[in-house]
Amino acid sequence: MTPKARKNKRLVGLFLLGSVVFNYPLLSLFNLKTSIFGVPLLILYIFSAWVILILLAAMATRTRGKPRSKSIDKTGP
Amino acid sequence: MLETGVILFVSFAYMGLLFAIAHYGDKRADAGRSIISNPYIYALSMAVYCTAWTFYGSVGLAVGSGLGFLTIYIGPTLMALLGWSVWQKIIRISKVHRITSIADFIASRYGKSSALGGLATNIAVIGVIPYIALQLKAISTGFLLITQYPEVSVSFSFSDVPVMYDPAFYIALLLAVFAILFGTRHLDATERHEGLVAAIAFESIVKLAAFLTVGIFVTYFIHDGLGDLFQKAARFADAQNTLGGESGSVGSLIFDKYLTIKGQGFNYTDWSLYLLISMLAIIFLPRQFQIAVVENVNEEHLNKAIWLFPLYLLAINIFVLPVAFSGILHFPDGGVDADFFALTLPMAERQQLLAMFVYLGGMSAATGMVIVETIALSTMICNDLVMPVLLRLPIEEMGLRQDYSGLLLTIRRCSIVLVLLLGYAYFRTIGEFYALVSMGLVSFVAVAQFAPALLGGIFWKSGTRSGAVCGLLAGFAVWIYTLFLPSLVPAGIIAENFVEQGPLGIELLKPFELFGLQGFHQISHAVFWSLLANTGAYVGVSILSRPRTIEHTQAALFVDVFRYSGAAAESHFWRATANLPDLKSLLIRFLGRQRTDEALAEYADKRKLSWNYLVTADANLVSYAERLLAGAIGSASARVMVASVVKEESLGIEEVLNILDETRQVIAYSRELEKATAELQEANRRLKDLDRLKDEFISTVTHELRTPLTSVRSLAEILHTNPDIGADQHKSFTGIIIKESERLTRLINQVLDYEKIESAQMEWIISETDIKEVIQDAVASTRQLIEDKNITIDYELTDNPPLISGDRDRLVQVMVNLISNAVKFCDPDRGKIIIRLTASERQVQVDVRDNGIGIRTRDQDKIFEKFHQIKDPARGRPYGTGIGLTISKRIIDFHHGKIWVKSKPGMGSTFSFTLPTSR
Repeated sequence: MTPKARKNKRLVGLFLLGSVVFNYPLLSLFNLKTSIFGVPLLILYIFSAWVILILLAAMATRTRGKPRSKSIDKTGP
Repeated sequence: MLETGVILFVSFAYMGLLFAIAHYGDKRADAGRSIISNPYIYALSMAVYCTAWTFYGSVGLAVGSGLGFLTIYIGPTLMALLGWSVWQKIIRISKVHRITSIADFIASRYGKSSALGGLATNIAVIGVIPYIALQLKAISTGFLLITQYPEVSVSFSFSDVPVMYDPAFYIALLLAVFAILFGTRHLDATERHEGLVAAIAFESIVKLAAFLTVGIFVTYFIHDGLGDLFQKAARFADAQNTLGGESGSVGSLIFDKYLTIKGQGFNYTDWSLYLLISMLAIIFLPRQFQIAVVENVNEEHLNKAIWLFPLYLLAINIFVLPVAFSGILHFPDGGVDADFFALTLPMAERQQLLAMFVYLGGMSAATGMVIVETIALSTMICNDLVMPVLLRLPIEEMGLRQDYSGLLLTIRRCSIVLVLLLGYAYFRTIGEFYALVSMGLVSFVAVAQFAPALLGGIFWKSGTRSGAVCGLLAGFAVWIYTLFLPSLVPAGIIAENFVEQGPLGIELLKPFELFGLQGFHQISHAVFWSLLANTGAYVGVSILSRPRTIEHTQAALFVDVFRYSGAAAESHFWRATANLPDLKSLLIRFLGRQRTDEALAEYADKRKLSWNYLVTADANLVSYAERLLAGAIGSASARVMVASVVKEESLGIEEVLNILDETRQVIAYSRELEKATAELQEANRRLKDLDRLKDEFISTVTHELRTPLTSVRSLAEILHTNPDIGADQHKSFTGIIIKESERLTRLINQVLDYEKIESAQMEWIISETDIKEVIQDAVASTRQLIEDKNITIDYELTDNPPLISGDRDRLVQVMVNLISNAVKFCDPDRGKIIIRLTASERQVQVDVRDNGIGIRTRDQDKIFEKFHQIKDPARGRPYGTGIGLTISKRIIDFHHGKIWVKSKPGMGSTFSFTLPTSR
């Protein structure tokens, strides 16, 4: 598998992850009337999931020739 | 105080700055030192997605219906992750085929159909008009608000402002000038505008900076951080509801109203459908296509844009909720339009500079969108709507025109002005009845209609032109019915009971509850029905209709773009040639002389051609010219134009037969080739076998030579070291030495004979020979062998056999071989050999029969082959070199005879040969 195909596979995986994370029913689990450190839970959930998704995308696209460590496959929101 | 003059000055100064940046960008591009050729500028320019809708409208939506506003940015984030699967493919296809707009893309994919291109253009223009109106409304409102500084005016109506006094009108005109200057500077086959992109990237920085500044100001200067703001908002919501007589646990009502997905006519289904249309919008909005695909300098820039662009979207959304809450707290009576909280908050706090900055941020968000959108639409209108019609009109003057490029530019410039005026008109008549976001969403649903035809077109080869036309028409019709027409109701253009009771009072056809579908937000309702109708028609009709040849070709080129990558540039539909001067003058008419010369020189350079010797343009060059034209006037028009100068070779019946004949021949050739290959493989296999046998033979021969040599040598040594050995022993030793030497000689002779026969150097002495004598000679010379093993030998010889002509000595050799073979395989003492001679008039036959171990059937054919020895695991290494029989066969073959063996294991074997008589 070429590095590009591997990268693409990871990004498609992230897309599927994002589609699940930002949809019903996962969203409904956080649609609660609770705040953490004064920030409403749902807001916290959406924005942190968003940040993590962007970080993962940045890591997945940074394949420059060298073989990648496996760490990005393990981390996830 | 802010004077109107000051504000106007700042506004126009900002536009001036944009002009300067765009001018600088263009100059650098002309000098070959692009300032936009890096992934950061690319990602920033993509942020043209964030318009006044984002800058002002998100706050309004957050106040109105909770967290739904986030879907518009999460959708593109998800789509960006598919960048390498979807975007890159679209970019590659567009580069290969010189596609410059969505309409062109769809037209080109489905057989360069001008009808389809025109349809797509209409959808794009009509669909996007409300979106442009939204921007003009934002600019106008922003201006009206800030001129009243520091008063926050509670309400105003646009109808009070005559068009001539409306600054939005002049800004619209200024934007038209900008778009004309930097978007239609010249006709280019690639349609790229570097200066424009630079200006857009700059605008993206301004709007982000402005919104972050106001966000930080609101959160940390008016209030004490996020926590404080949320708490205040929660208390406020409680107080509001207590007043209204509602009750709930303390601090929970804010969740019901603002911090939820499910509330106020918005639910999870709406959320998912909003995600879907924003995912589609990021690809199919004409301006996004322009920036992400057409203006793309290098595909690799996607790599960074995939996460930088979502990061931008995230950043610009962080302070939407804080601004919304702060606005609610500040203007509790709800008299101030929530859409403009970002501007009215600093004004209420008397932050003159900040308000000015926010005003500029809003303007940058709106102007960026308007500029790119109008340019993208003007390309479409010119290439896919006006040109196809113009080129088909039988106008005398059109044919005579020497240079079309001026005409093309004029059409584009007029289109820009037209689109802006349409947007302005929509805003003046309808805009004031709608919040910013709801206007934008109407456009989102419209452009989402491109999704089935385009995505289907790049992943599904079976999509046909009829399918695409039907799908687009169906989806667009539903959009018109469920969104566009109802949006005209508040302005009184359409009667109110159209929405309330359905057309002609038919309940089932109510535009917001089509066929009785309820429980959907009106946008989600339209998304569902339009995409259902669109996809259904596209897939259904595609399956039922038959594509034409050119659709097949284009489908393969689009879907498998990466397989044909590189080769794709060479692939062509034209089987035709054209007169080179004709083709050249056609190019000059649309591209101008200089660009034509440059492009042709580049073509010649790549192929090492010299124009001096060329009179006709081959199919390759014709296709190249078509792609050049496609960049300037769209693929459908380019095809029509090229068709007018080429001499296309029509596919007559004769030619079809020729092609068939060629094919048949090719098939025949390939069959022969297969046969030859098989033969070669067989020969190769045999050669390898022989090679292996030869190796074995050499090792056997050397072994055979060594055995007698060793015994000769050791006996000679014994005699040498023991001179006083007994006479008897001496005699027996020397006897063995002599016998072994004879055996050596025989072996060497055999090898030499064999070598001679093989290299055809054998000298044959042919004479009349009596075969009986041959047999007797052979027996005599092997008598010793026979007696040593105590084997009996019988003869059954016919009397007076006919003479044969042959080499007597060689024939004796054959007999000796056969007899010594028989001796070799017989048991000592019990062995019995029978030699039989029979004769007819034609031939004599000699059989040598033994009662030895016999030969396995599968070995019987092979023992006459070169180097072949029979291996019997029980007996280990065979006795003899294995060449005796080969030599015999060669000798018999030379005499035109036959030699064979009949045998059964354990039952002895019979070697026979025949020789023709000399008669």
